[in-house]
Order: sequence, then C-alpha cells, then structure tokens
Amino acid sequence: MADTVLESRPDLNLDVVRDEIGDVRTEEMLVNMGPQHPSTHGVLRIVLRTDGEMVLEAVPHIGYLHRCAEKIGENVAPYQYIPYTDRMDYLAGMNNNLAFSLAIEALTGLEVPKRAQVIRVIFAEMNRIASHLVSMGAYGLDMGAFTPFLYAFRERERILDLFEASCGARLTYSYITIGGVTDDVPERFIDVCREYLDYFEPKIAEYNNLLSFNHIFVKRTANVGIISAEKAINWGLSGPSLRGSGVKWDLRKVHPDCGYDEYDFDIPVGQGLKGQLGDCWDRYFVRIQEMQQSVRIVRQALDKLAGTPGEYKHKSGKSVKLPKDEIYYEIEGARGQLGFFIQGDGSQIPYRVKARGPSYCNLSITNEVVKDCLLADVPAIIGSIDVVMGEVDR
Amino acid sequence: MTIEGIANLLKEKFPDAGIEARLESRHPHVIVKPEHWLTVAEFLRNDPQLKFDWLRCITGVDYIEDKQLAAIYDFHSTQRPAQSDGLWSARGELSVKVLAPRDNPMVPSVCHLWGAADWHERETYDLVGINFQNHPDSVDDLNGRHPRRILCPDDWQGHPLQKDYEFPLEYHGIPAVTEFGQTRPLHG
Amino acid sequence: MSQATIPWIEPVPEKRVAMRRKALLVLFGGGLTALIVGCVMLGVFRALPDQVGTIVFILAGVLPILGGLGLIPLGLLNGSVVLTTLGFAQIGIGALVGGLLKATPIDPLVVGVLLLVIGPIAAGLAMLTAAGVIVAFKQVVQLLLMRWTALILFCGGIVSIILLVWAHAFVFRYVAQLANDTTLNTSATTTFGGDLTIAELSTRFSGNWRPVAFVLWPLQFGLIRDLIAMGGVIGFISIIPLYTIWWERKVAGRIQSRLGPMRVGGWHGWAQSFADGMKLICKEDFVPPEGDGTLFRLAPYLAFVPAICAFIALPFATTYVFRDLDVALLFILAMLGIEVLGVIIAGWASNNKWSVYGAMREACQMVSYEIPMGMALLVPVMTAGALRLTDIAKLQQDGFGSWLAWNNPFCLIAFFCYYTASLASCKRAPFDLPESESELVAGFHTEYSGFRWSLFFFAEYAAMFAVSGLAVILFLGAWYGPLPLSWAPAGNDIASAVVRGLLFDGPILFILKCGLLLYVQIWIRWTLPRIRIDQVLYACIQVLLPLTMLVVLGSTFWLLFDNSAHPAFESFAKVVRGLLSLVGVVISIAIAGFIIFGFVNRRRLVGTLAIEHFPGS
Repeated sequence: MADTVLESRPDLNLDVVRDEIGDVRTEEMLVNMGPQHPSTHGVLRIVLRTDGEMVLEAVPHIGYLHRCAEKIGENVAPYQYIPYTDRMDYLAGMNNNLAFSLAIEALTGLEVPKRAQVIRVIFAEMNRIASHLVSMGAYGLDMGAFTPFLYAFRERERILDLFEASCGARLTYSYITIGGVTDDVPERFIDVCREYLDYFEPKIAEYNNLLSFNHIFVKRTANVGIISAEKAINWGLSGPSLRGSGVKWDLRKVHPDCGYDEYDFDIPVGQGLKGQLGDCWDRYFVRIQEMQQSVRIVRQALDKLAGTPGEYKHKSGKSVKLPKDEIYYEIEGARGQLGFFIQGDGSQIPYRVKARGPSYCNLSITNEVVKDCLLADVPAIIGSIDVVMGEVDR
Repeated sequence: MTIEGIANLLKEKFPDAGIEARLESRHPHVIVKPEHWLTVAEFLRNDPQLKFDWLRCITGVDYIEDKQLAAIYDFHSTQRPAQSDGLWSARGELSVKVLAPRDNPMVPSVCHLWGAADWHERETYDLVGINFQNHPDSVDDLNGRHPRRILCPDDWQGHPLQKDYEFPLEYHGIPAVTEFGQTRPLHG
Repeated sequence: MSQATIPWIEPVPEKRVAMRRKALLVLFGGGLTALIVGCVMLGVFRALPDQVGTIVFILAGVLPILGGLGLIPLGLLNGSVVLTTLGFAQIGIGALVGGLLKATPIDPLVVGVLLLVIGPIAAGLAMLTAAGVIVAFKQVVQLLLMRWTALILFCGGIVSIILLVWAHAFVFRYVAQLANDTTLNTSATTTFGGDLTIAELSTRFSGNWRPVAFVLWPLQFGLIRDLIAMGGVIGFISIIPLYTIWWERKVAGRIQSRLGPMRVGGWHGWAQSFADGMKLICKEDFVPPEGDGTLFRLAPYLAFVPAICAFIALPFATTYVFRDLDVALLFILAMLGIEVLGVIIAGWASNNKWSVYGAMREACQMVSYEIPMGMALLVPVMTAGALRLTDIAKLQQDGFGSWLAWNNPFCLIAFFCYYTASLASCKRAPFDLPESESELVAGFHTEYSGFRWSLFFFAEYAAMFAVSGLAVILFLGAWYGPLPLSWAPAGNDIASAVVRGLLFDGPILFILKCGLLLYVQIWIRWTLPRIRIDQVLYACIQVLLPLTMLVVLGSTFWLLFDNSAHPAFESFAKVVRGLLSLVGVVISIAIAGFIIFGFVNRRRLVGTLAIEHFPGS
C-alpha cells in the first residue's frame, strides 16, 4: 500500500508515508547463505539483503577453498602440476588436464601423436557428459527433486568405471598429460564404451520427461534469472551459461584443437522455449542437449580410435623446457572456457601460471542477476550457472 | 583485423601512449602505458571496427627484474552470425599488456567497460598487488584505497604472487611453519 | 554379523560415567514426575464438572484464534496482504469451531486429556524409554544385531500394532457393556463411561468366575481404564512413524533405483528406524545459547501433542475409537491446526534466520490451506448429514459403489482438492517449503537435534496418517471393504471373524487404505520438484479456494435435487453414481497395475549395465 502511495508522491519519505497511512514499518534483513549451505554447491557464501521472501541484493564472497594453485604452479614442473589442475574443477578433471597440457604443448611446440588426440577427445567429451550429469542432477536437487540426482549419478558411475579402468582414478584422473595421455585405453574399451553410449542415449529422453518438461520445474526455472546475450558477453560468461543466452559460440568450433574440426556435431543454444531467452531453464536445457552432442562426438571418436594405431604419448612430455615466452590458451571445458596463462623463463619451472576458471567468471554475474527475485530463486539461478567452487577459488 | 593491423591503428591513434607490439611472441600482444590505458581501452571497446566486447582474462605478472608489474588483458571480439548455421565467430583476438612500475602499481579500472573486469581486477590486486584505480568495489584501509580483496581474507597483508613475498609465520594464531621450519617452498 | 565387535561399546571413561548417571537421573526423575503430573491432571479433570470442561474446550477453538492473532502481525511485518487476511480468516474459523463446540455436549475429560494429560504422559513414557535404552544400550544393540531375534521382534511389531489397536478397543467395549448395564454412565456421548463399583464388576461374573472380578479391581476406576487406552493410543502413534519412515525410505530407494536400508535387523533393514531412534536419543541435546531456551524446549511438544490429540477422535473402526465425538471432524481439524503454533515457536526460539523463514512459510502455508481443506471436507459432511465420523462411515458400508467419493461428481473433485490441501498442510512435497533443504537449510528445525528433532518428525508422520485417515473415512469407504457388509459371514466362529476382519470391516482394512494414501504421498514426494512460495499461495487462493467453493455450492444443489421429490434427477444421479464408481474402479486398477508392473520389471527398468560393472574397475 505504501508503495502505491509513493509512486504518486515521490517527494515523500517512505517511513512518513507508512506512518500516515498506518502501514507497518518493515525492515530489511541480511541473511548469510553459506559457506555451509546445501544449495551453494560447495563453500560459496552469498550475503542476501532480503525483505521478507524478496531478495533485494546478493553479494557473493569467495575464497574459502583457496589452495594457492597458482603459487604452486610457480614451484613445480608442468608435468607435476597436472594433478593440481584435477583439483580445480573436480567434476571435469579431464578437461582441466587437457587445457593445461594444450597450453604447455602450445608454448613448447610439442607434437601430440594422433592416437593420443583421439583418446583426449573421447575422455574430454565423456567427462563433459559426467559433469553435465552432476550439474543436471544437482539442479534438480536445488529445485527439490531428489530422484533425478540419483539417476544422474547412476549413469555417471558407469563413466567413472570407464575412467577407472583406463587410469585408475575416479575423480582426480591426471590421465591427459603433457604430450599425450598417461596410458593407452584398456582392452575392450571401445566395445564397452559403445555399449554404454547405447544405454545412455535413451536416458536423456527419460530425464527430459522426468525433469526438464516437468510442469513444476518449468514454472520454477523459466523466466527466472534472465541474462541477455550482451550482458553475458560483457560479463565474460562462457560455456552453457553463455549459450543459454542464445549465443552460438563454442571454442571447439571457433578454434578447434585436438582435431575437433574432424567431428560432426552441433552447438545447442537456448531458444527461449519455455520463457524468455536466457533464463535458467535455457541454461539448464543447453546442458541436456550438449550431452547428446557429446555422445555423437564420442561415437565418431571411437570409430576413429579403432583405425588409429600408434603412440599414445610423446616421449619428452615429462621433461619439457619452457622457452622465455608466454602463452594464453583457452579450451571449451565443461563449464565454459578454461584458460591457462603460462610465462616461461627458460627453465623447467614456469615463471607464472594463471588459471582462468569459467566458474569464476560465470559466478561474477551473480550480483547482477540475483536481484529483486524470491529467496527460492537464488538456488535456481546459482544452480543454473553451475559453479564448482574448487575452480572459483583455485 | 590482425594483431599487427590493430597495433598500427593504435600507434596511429595514440602516438604518445608508448604503444609497442610484440608480434614474435607465441602470445602476441600490445604494450600500453598505464596512464593511457583508459583511453585506449575505451577505443578498443567502442571503435566500430574493433569492438572488443569480451574480456576473457586479466593476468597479473610480477616482472621483478624489470621492476614492473604487468596486467595482461586478453580480449575477444565476437561477431554476430552471418552464416546460416547461426554460429558466432571471432572477429579478432587481442592481448594488451599494461606495465606499471613496481613501487607504485596504479592502473585505471575498466569495470565500466567490461563487467567481467570486476572480479579479475580484484583478484589481480589480491594476488599480484596491482592497484586498480576507481574500481567500483574499493575499500580504504592502511594500504590506501584499493579494490576489495577476493580470495585472501580482507585483512591479509601482502600479495602472495609477488616474487619477493614472504609467507607470514602466523595468521590470527594459526601457525604457518612446516615441520621442517620452512616458510617458503623449496623451488621458490 | 551376529557377534560382531562393536567399537562404540567400550568401557566408558570415569567422567562420562558421571555424566551418564546425571542424565539417567534427569530422565528417570523427569519421566516419573511427568507421568505423575499427567495422572494427577487426569484425575482432576475427571473430577471437574461439565461446565468447566466446556469452557476449557472452547479454548481449543480459541487456540486457532490465537494463531490467527499471531499471523496478522506476521503478515503485516512481511508486507503481505494475503497473510494478514489469512490471519483474520483463522480467527473466524477458530471462533466458529469454538462456538460449535460450545453448543454441543462435550465430555470434559477430552479437554483434560487434550492438553494437560497426554503431553506429560507421552513425555514421561518417552523419557523413561530413553532412560531404559541408555541403561540397556549394550543389550539392546546386541539384540538388534542378532538375526533371528530381530525377525521375531519385527513380527512382534506387526502383531503388536494390531493388538494395540485391538486391545484398548476391547477394553472400551467390555467396560461400556458393563457401564451401560449399571446406568452409572453420566456422560452418554462417549463409549467410555463412569466409575464402576467392585460389586457391579462382580455381578458380571457368575459362579466360579467371580474371583476374576477382584483381580480386575483396578478397572473400576475410569482413570485406570483411560490410562490403559491412552497407552494404546500413544503406543500406536509411536509405531506409525517408525514404520512409515522405514517404508518411505524403501519406496524412495526403489524409485531411485537403489535398495534403501538393508543392514539393520537382517531382513531389508526393517529395524533401521529403531536404530535411528536410538541414535537420536543418544545425540547431543543442543539448545542454541542465543535463542530462547524455554520456548525452544517447549516447541517440539507443542507440535507433537496436538498430533496425538487428533488420534483421540479418529476412529479405526466402529468401536475402535478412544472418544467417539459428535464433532470429531472439527476436533481433528482444530488439533492439526494447532501444530503450526509449535512450528512458529520453534522457528522463533532458534534464533536462526533460516528457522524464522521456515516458520513464516509454515504459518502462511498451513493456515491458507486449511480453508480449502475445510471446504472440501464440507462436501462429504453435507452428503452424509453428520459430523460424527462413525456416522459418516456407516453410510459407506454397502460396498464400493456407496463410498462417498463416487457419490456425486462434486465429491470426487472435493476428494482431490482435499488430498492436495492435505499435502500442503502436512508440509509434504511438493509443498515442503517450511523445511526445503535447498533453500532454507532445514527450515524451522535447523537448530534441532536428537530427540527434540525426532518429535517434529513424529508429529509430521502422525499428521500424515491422520489426514490420510480422514480422507479414508470421509471419501473412501472408511473401514469397510469394497464388498457390501451384508455379504459378510455372520457366524461367531474364528474363521468367519477373520474373513470379516480382513475383507469386510475392521481396523486392518482401515490401516491398509491409509497405507495406500501414504504411499501416494511418498510417491509424489520422490517424483516432483518443489514449488515456490508465490506459487503455493497462488494454487491455494486462486485455484483451490474458488474450486472448493464451487464444489460446495454444486454439491448443495445436487443434494437439493437428489431425493425422492425429484424422481427424474434421482435416477440421473444413480446413473452418474454408477459411472463415477466405474471411474474409481479404473483408477484403482490403474494404480495397482502400475505398482505390479514396476515390481515385476524392477530389474529390467534399472538396466543390465547398472548392475554389472566394467571389469577392471
């Protein structure tokens, strides 16, 4: 009531108006969401300024998981640094390994064998599927749907089985390494992987029926947290968060590395199917469609792997000497563009390593988007941006 | 436009900005003096030919031997789709290195041009110590006016990625000495 | 597994022995005191005249008014017109309930039982159980770890559920029989009458059986009979949540293609809830130091006691009822409405912003959904023309076609409206906003732990059972089977009694039907995402409320014409009733088919890959 009066009389003070018309004074409340909170996906802390259920402002605070990854990078050789990259985006370790390896290879001019490139594509894409599965499941969890989360993890377990059979690890792989991959794929890998893809592909339709097109889910996510294309580019968003705004931009197409130009795949973008373009649902659905495309790429790569014998690793990958030069290299990771800046000084140990985590840049838009929404929309928006705090804080 | 062309264009537009181009590097870049950086940045952002609308990353590097701190900006210029497949493409890529003296590392903030600069500048201040002036999220304290820290706690002293950084022996009662009595990494 | 070493049962250090002794002292002392207080209060209320009881009972109507009074400032603080309006609506409902209750003859005892007796007695029993578990912890754990003991206990649990329901009903029936003969029954509205003298007791026994009357001497006091019955009610209510939670976890597991609890007890983790209960009792009893300690301790009981009170009037079968109130429906609704007070106090006393949010949401949601819920329930009440639940049930004893849900189209719509509203008022998914863990951490019980936390859980599951019970009684044929009662074997032998109890009439059928509705609640919870607070209120104010109003209106007109004065409409109504029964049959068969299909294909639905791992991994 006070608000309507104020609209007609902007010269009045809010409290005076409330006193005059007998409305009750309300107070704003600061609420601390995190660092320990179920829906902040790790140790993100957001300070919310709220008025009842309305969130007026959200200020993210990060750094709770800062592990000096860049400082460590200045103290170890690149080959030793690979395990640290695993721990940045711990849901897509393969992509992190790949980004750092490609950056070092670009700096030193190391040749990667053909077979290794195909294996890299397979594992990067499989890890993209695994990462998007977690993202999708956790997003359902944020919306209060428990079951898709378990389904997503059931499927992800199979991918992790394949990874474990190949490199012995289920989360921190260090499999893709400088000059290739640490080991060749195990026997029967191609068959089992194909079997898995045959099993997995129909499941995507199942997720769509269960979650994506669920009426409640759509009501919760469509028209929430809208990011326009201009805004997304201005804030440096990348990956599914950028493509959800309708920007058909993918580094796998723009600067194909690892031979991505030899594969046939589409770039799914948000189309505003359920609401306005660039809302949470669009960002979520881009991930679902990307899983489908990754399946396509892996299928082609498996065919190619069968016909590509040879080395899986360059011999001198372990002991590269970095020239007195610098490089900034970005790849399309699961969450967006993962970049490494490396400055060499002629020795084996980099002078400076800087990681540009996609989650870090994507999260920085929070302040801009989480505004004048309901409390329940905060997890919806944060979840749709899909951050991994290990990468944000490094 | 190639990076060579951009460098020539910039030299032409800003003859006294001390613009140098390092094209032989694997990371070809343009060097700009900090006092001219703001005008150059506005030009890069708004010039209809260049339109570098996407700030990918800001990296801070401590070149201790040159007594300089560098803020390295990497840009993309996105091109709306012309082809039928609707794929966006890169009109151009650019890296700019702003070299600031180590004893007074002041660089103008570009947050009003690229929203993405906000957190990157805060991080660069936090870890490398380049002070971005007029940053929208600035605080005043004993170290003067500077962007708010982002990864380290607000009361942290020093900038961990500077090459002469001494790790504190203790922080609020938390000891930071290893069992070997060593406070710096072996290779450092 | 049977004789595994249990690392946590080690010799306890000195200091902890002292602590444990202190805890035991508090628990035993507190438990006994609470029991005595409860019994004394029971005695006091027995002694009170009717008028006093009636006045106190009006308080039950006044309590919702108090809730409404609390809501209005809450709504104003929140700047929400809706909440404020709802506060006023709650006051109106409370006044109505109070007025109605005052106008009807009420047993004063009910009120005493209501607020001052059951609380202390339940608390006393719980504390004594806790103390017992602590004393016999080692033995209890070992007992649970032994495979066959466990199975026997499990079967015993199932049997005891039935026995508990049956036992107190038996006592009622027996004593009522006695009391009716002696014309000592002063308040005729209940089945549980006044005091008996030993002489009257002994007249019931002839010849050699006469000494039995002296063995049963305690039964001459109404107090003792009430205590026995109350033990049955409380025992039953304690068993419901334990098994519902276990069942929910199993169903959730199956829905999510995993197994659910499998370890404790040997067979499908049947004892998981007991183990969890023991764990909860032994957990740290945390009270937030900055919060309001007294209110914090009080709140779980305020949520738990009304939930038990609802069972006072909820009949399980014609004679299986603690108090067969003539306003049973209103009574149960009023009791379930009081629960919100406990939740608000819990949220406030926790001194936690998330808790306050949870409490506010709960208040907002529960109060707003009570209106469509009450409106939907008016439809069967109007159709039956009675408020006494046993009377409403009696109308539905002529088989599937006579169930009120298919009585007219409005009844069927009212059933779905009621079910939706009851989900919201029990804060079950998709309306579980007050405790939505992804937004509010754990909502109003964020700061609660251990036994207090479990009381909230008990209250929630008891309320779930109560609303399902109401739905069954009012819409789904109460405790009668799908076949007409007149077909039941009339004999007095055990065989025909068993057939009657399993197929035609009795608490087992009632519990099974409630179980089906509970299953649907569980099913919905593990399938759907959660809706947002504005959508919750939209669904209530703009969809359910107008719909139920229309339904009440339509049902009124239907009843106006559906009688012998309008023969044409009456025959039309008969056809409609038949068609609706067919719809009901189809729905039932569809649900059953769905469940059977899922069970038969449970392995195939998971897929081979999910069962067999890739070699080498």
